[in-house]
Amino acid sequence: MSAITPSTEAIRARAVLLGRSRWGVAEIIFWVLAFACYWLFPTKLSLLSEIAILGLVALSVDLVLGYAGIVTLGQGAFFGIGAYAAGLAAKHGMGTSLWSDPVIGLFIGGGVAAVIGFATSFLVLRGSDMTRLMVTLGVALIVDEVVNQMKWLTGGSDGLQGVLPSAVLGIWEFDLFGRVAFVYSMVVLFVLFVIARALVKSPFGLSLQAIKGNMLRTRAIGMPVNARLVAVYTVAAFYAGVAGALAAQTTQFASPDYVAFHRSADAMLMLVFGGAGHLYGGLLGSIIFRTMQDVLGNITPQYWQFWLGVTLVALVLFVRGGILGLLGNMLAAWRRKGGAS
Amino acid sequence: MLTILLDGIAYGMLLFILAVGLCVTLGLMNFINLAHGTFAMAGGYLTITLMQKAGVPFLWCLPAAFIFAAVLGLVLERTLYRHLYDKTHLDQVLFSIGLVFISIAMVDYAYGANQQIVNLPDYLTGRFSFLGASIGVYRVFVIAICGLLVVSLQLVLTMTRFGSRLRAAVDDGRVARGMGIDVTRIFAVTFAVGSGLAGLGGALGTGIISFDPTFPLKYMIYFLIVISVGGTTTITGPFLAAILLGVADVAGKYYVPAVGGFIIYTIMVVVLIVRPQGLFARAAAK
Amino acid sequence: MSPRILLESRDLVRRFGGIVATDHVTFSLPEGARHALIGPNGAGKTTFINLLSGVLTPTSGEIFLDGANVTNWSARKRAHAGLARTFQINQLFADLTPIETLMLTIAERENAGAAWWRPVGARTDFVDEAVALLAQLGISDIAHHRVGELAYGKQRLLEIAVALAQKPKVLLLDEPAAGVPEHEREQILDVVAALPKDVALILIEHDMHLVFRFAKSISVLVNGGLFVEGTPEQIANDPRVRQVYLGEEEVNV
Repeated sequence: MSAITPSTEAIRARAVLLGRSRWGVAEIIFWVLAFACYWLFPTKLSLLSEIAILGLVALSVDLVLGYAGIVTLGQGAFFGIGAYAAGLAAKHGMGTSLWSDPVIGLFIGGGVAAVIGFATSFLVLRGSDMTRLMVTLGVALIVDEVVNQMKWLTGGSDGLQGVLPSAVLGIWEFDLFGRVAFVYSMVVLFVLFVIARALVKSPFGLSLQAIKGNMLRTRAIGMPVNARLVAVYTVAAFYAGVAGALAAQTTQFASPDYVAFHRSADAMLMLVFGGAGHLYGGLLGSIIFRTMQDVLGNITPQYWQFWLGVTLVALVLFVRGGILGLLGNMLAAWRRKGGAS
Repeated sequence: MLTILLDGIAYGMLLFILAVGLCVTLGLMNFINLAHGTFAMAGGYLTITLMQKAGVPFLWCLPAAFIFAAVLGLVLERTLYRHLYDKTHLDQVLFSIGLVFISIAMVDYAYGANQQIVNLPDYLTGRFSFLGASIGVYRVFVIAICGLLVVSLQLVLTMTRFGSRLRAAVDDGRVARGMGIDVTRIFAVTFAVGSGLAGLGGALGTGIISFDPTFPLKYMIYFLIVISVGGTTTITGPFLAAILLGVADVAGKYYVPAVGGFIIYTIMVVVLIVRPQGLFARAAAK
Repeated sequence: MSPRILLESRDLVRRFGGIVATDHVTFSLPEGARHALIGPNGAGKTTFINLLSGVLTPTSGEIFLDGANVTNWSARKRAHAGLARTFQINQLFADLTPIETLMLTIAERENAGAAWWRPVGARTDFVDEAVALLAQLGISDIAHHRVGELAYGKQRLLEIAVALAQKPKVLLLDEPAAGVPEHEREQILDVVAALPKDVALILIEHDMHLVFRFAKSISVLVNGGLFVEGTPEQIANDPRVRQVYLGEEEVNV
């Protein structure tokens, strides 16, 4: 084969394709600001850790729903499973053994969730949106029932008490002000985000978007669709499980509330708020969602729920693709205007 | 034993009346309306208000609840829902969950989060003995009303012009449109009637189930089970599914309270996987 | 020596309820074939293609691809074994760009589609191949546009490009020019005429100009069954074929 110098079109195509995975300025600013919250809002650190954890769950929903197009109402199940798995490990590790090491706890939480995610992924391979919605919801309800009924293990409705994780990496003890918890949660979120980012911008990620776009064609070009869906569902379950583990470790508690239906619904709503299929949608969504909840919910809980409902209806009727979609449209309009003048 | 069976049947029939509107919405317009329970809640709270505040007799509340919920359904269908038919299922889910949240917040604001209790008229309370089993009068009343409704629904669907048009539209909306059937109008009417039935179910339900503002969310799952197990191509499918669910739920709570929910959800998932078109649905003709 | 048979169906039957959509079709396609499948509307042409490509499973009968019995193979496995098709109604990825669509197809062909650690575009050989394919079909100008926003004719060309990116042994074209406006039609005809000679081709088409310009052999399908087979001249002069088409009042010849 002779070495052919690539055409200008090929060079341009390479640049365009590779350019999509380059880190943008806005992204770098986002993460600098996110970590800077440590100094910006020193009194709000537990809320901020919670937002980071919710963001991780929303990111996991994004992988399944935003990229692969599987409607799920069950991501809360994996969150709860991760929380209980890590919580139990920390509880029975008694704060000393390797079991109560937080980082190992993350792998335990994520791992158990991933195993269950893998097992249940086969249930969502077929069927319409409605079937998938019901199946994921059904699995979440079953997990909820199991957690509530297995009192000897989970503590039932009282929750899992005495979760005492040891110091992170044996160095940083969790403190009362949530400083370690915040930095720990943010680092975990960032690391998993970087991996997810690579994943969605890879051929694997492209194949997920293709499955979402047209399953008939993906099969016709020889793509192992089911294997891809199983893979992404399992990875997403791992992410949600890690988020659950983080929640159990940083709050030193796990309760049936962690597996409740509203967890799944909230995660999906956060993603949709921010914009599905954008990676940052879930993160932005969790910030807005949790802040709104904090501000409005403090007035009265009904107030928050009412405005959440109104926002959802308005989002569906008037705004395509959440906040990021809105920003994208505004940017496009602005560019068009700039180009015309 | 007989008591539980009858309670279960009454509960199941109630579930059917509550959910039947949803079956038609899903089957007719392929629309996932998670807010269906809102109409039931509207009927239920209307009954509670009329009885407690205005002293309206219970029996008058039933038609009032039907009309109220039907009008509410019609208004929402014409103003909001119709914009959603050509959107994705995800959008429909989000939109209708949004409506649920709004309704919960409004009812919570107006009535508080407490459970509401209705004092049924004397002639509907009490129990009587039948074949050695103690039977609640109200259960029999519910079964009678719901049974009447089921029969009349079936008659409307099979005997009338409207019914045959509706069935044609459910079978294939495009073909029906091509045949000059006004599917949009059929849907508006059906939506209103379905909402009205839910409202009526809500009113009837005040005597059996306790009402609090989270009703639409709690019962959403039951409705979804009814339609996913029963399918949306007939009304007998959801009817059988609702009876089954009602009996299983009542019996489960009585005999095996620990695993009742577990069993129901597991059956639902299994049915969804094995027969995604519903357990009692006709095999999809293609 | 007779040419190698690349695709074969033996006694293929497909029923939908009481309707027989494919009625005992026995058919073979040799290397380098240019074969057209014609027949009145509802004759079962697309059903036959769906059976061959694995979208539908036959009620009875067998399908062989390059000697292997593929009757029970999935569409995916057949695609890997060298069977590609286009669809009568565009089946594309609306949110991707043409270059991404082809990158994806090439990656799947090379079993590199599950790579998650490197960005799309890191395999420069794939990029170069995709760019060359777009140039071959004359759609380089829209390489980076969103597929959903492309003109219909361009989408039809992309359909063919995707199938070609699979480097197939057998290519099934399901009405490639259907619905394409007149001014874009010529481009599609040129592309079909210039398809690689070593690929065995089946073309379903209503446009008789395209059929007679391109096909070396023709099968006529009526009511799901193979009605008659022959060279274009034989078919054009066969009174029974005329009868079938006249009955349908659809003579485009």
